[in-house]
Amino acid sequence: MGRVGPGRQPVYTRQAHLDVISDLFPLTEKGGSGLSKHQLRFQINGEIREVTVPAHRRLIDVIREDLELTGTKEGCSVGVCGACTVLVDGDPMSACILPALFVEGCSVQTIEGLAPDLEHLTPLQDAFIRHGGFQCGICTPGQIMAATALLADTPLPTTDEVKRWMMGNLCRCTGYYKIVESILAAADTMASGTSTVSGPRVGLQGPGVKGA
Amino acid sequence: MREYDYHQASTTAEALGLLQQYGDDGHAMAGGASLLLMMQQGLITPGHVIGLRGIKELEGISALPNGGLEIRPLTTHRQAERSPDVLSYCPTLAENFSRVATIRIRNQGTVGGNLVHADPAQDPPPMLMALDGEAVITGKNGERTVPLDGFFRDFFETVVADGELLTAIRLPPIPQGTKSTYIKFLPRTEDDYATVSVAATLRVGADNVCQDVRVALGSAAPVPLRAKKVEQAVRGQRLTPELINSAAELVREEVDPISDVRGSANYKREMARVWVGRALRSLLDGSNGRS
Repeated sequence: MGRVGPGRQPVYTRQAHLDVISDLFPLTEKGGSGLSKHQLRFQINGEIREVTVPAHRRLIDVIREDLELTGTKEGCSVGVCGACTVLVDGDPMSACILPALFVEGCSVQTIEGLAPDLEHLTPLQDAFIRHGGFQCGICTPGQIMAATALLADTPLPTTDEVKRWMMGNLCRCTGYYKIVESILAAADTMASGTSTVSGPRVGLQGPGVKGA
Repeated sequence: MREYDYHQASTTAEALGLLQQYGDDGHAMAGGASLLLMMQQGLITPGHVIGLRGIKELEGISALPNGGLEIRPLTTHRQAERSPDVLSYCPTLAENFSRVATIRIRNQGTVGGNLVHADPAQDPPPMLMALDGEAVITGKNGERTVPLDGFFRDFFETVVADGELLTAIRLPPIPQGTKSTYIKFLPRTEDDYATVSVAATLRVGADNVCQDVRVALGSAAPVPLRAKKVEQAVRGQRLTPELINSAAELVREEVDPISDVRGSANYKREMARVWVGRALRSLLDGSNGRS
């Protein structure tokens, strides 16, 4: 487990992120009168936080920049790819097209809110590791948040239900089979009441690694 | 994108007042899913956004005493697809809402926002038109009701005027024996816009004589479109697959598609014919339609 988790140097700096965002959505002009500021109070991963935001600030910017929770990734920036999926009151949403002020009074959950530490991953996180549910990993926080909401809604989904629910979370690496397999395995694990998914963790443990 | 002030309204009257106050520089926002993208691209540049979220009277769905249904505009697609009232009114309508974009968009985007956004490729408009729905529009001088068939004017343009809000969608009771379907042609991915989509309702009597029919298409013209020539060729006739096929040919004259990555205009015209035929044949033989 030593190669994942906190402590790694980020190669994607805050400034680089801001440059990309301002290239994508240049604020060319000031509108309005006083440019309203909004004080938000909401829960993130169980903790109450308060931030003050301008009206146009997106939830993903509050999450990644103000709260420094960089587990949530920004992909397409237009609500299509699912990389930025977070749960708002349990419902999956695209943080890149959600005005931050819409989460006032809500409970937001990000990938950081799932497991208390690396030794106590959720069955879904564990299944993604054991079943090779990711390769490059950029879409994975969004995949896992979307699947977390699926299993809360439908604890034992069929393959078709998994595909339909996960349809909007794009992955360029896995071809999706391993993602579907991971989610079904996690559902089985949770239904049987055991805490971990059977089988080796792909790529992380020596003996028994298959097809990684 | 232009920065803007956000003003949260708590009643319809307050929202109408704010819209009037800010005039051309104001714009209403419901779920924001479509509007925010248009603002980011600089297509709409309001200095003042009037927030509708939280206006309780614009939320929710009610079964009407006459057997019809009222959907208020702030209902999300996700709420609509799971609503017991929608399901008992018409299962095909619930399914139609469940096929809008992805679950994330359905959790954010609203039924009313989708209609006033007036993107002709969206799923609910043709379905609501096939169910003979009407829009209730409220302005400072009161309420007016417009059939959805006359609601859309052009790409991204409706009859909702400046200073007005869409405040309800009303659907009439569905006569017993009516079957309905919604199908869309998605040659690429499940969350893509359709190349063409078809919603249809059909009621046949003894000997398969068509008593009532409505056919509406998405992605086939600048607006969601009723295929009235097709309907006319079918209504009152004894239906056979052959009769439906020849009626479906008329849709080619009714649609006005654009050429884009989902097909050339000529191809889409042909696909409109093919999918209208499929929709009506499935309702006739019961292979797809629901009661």
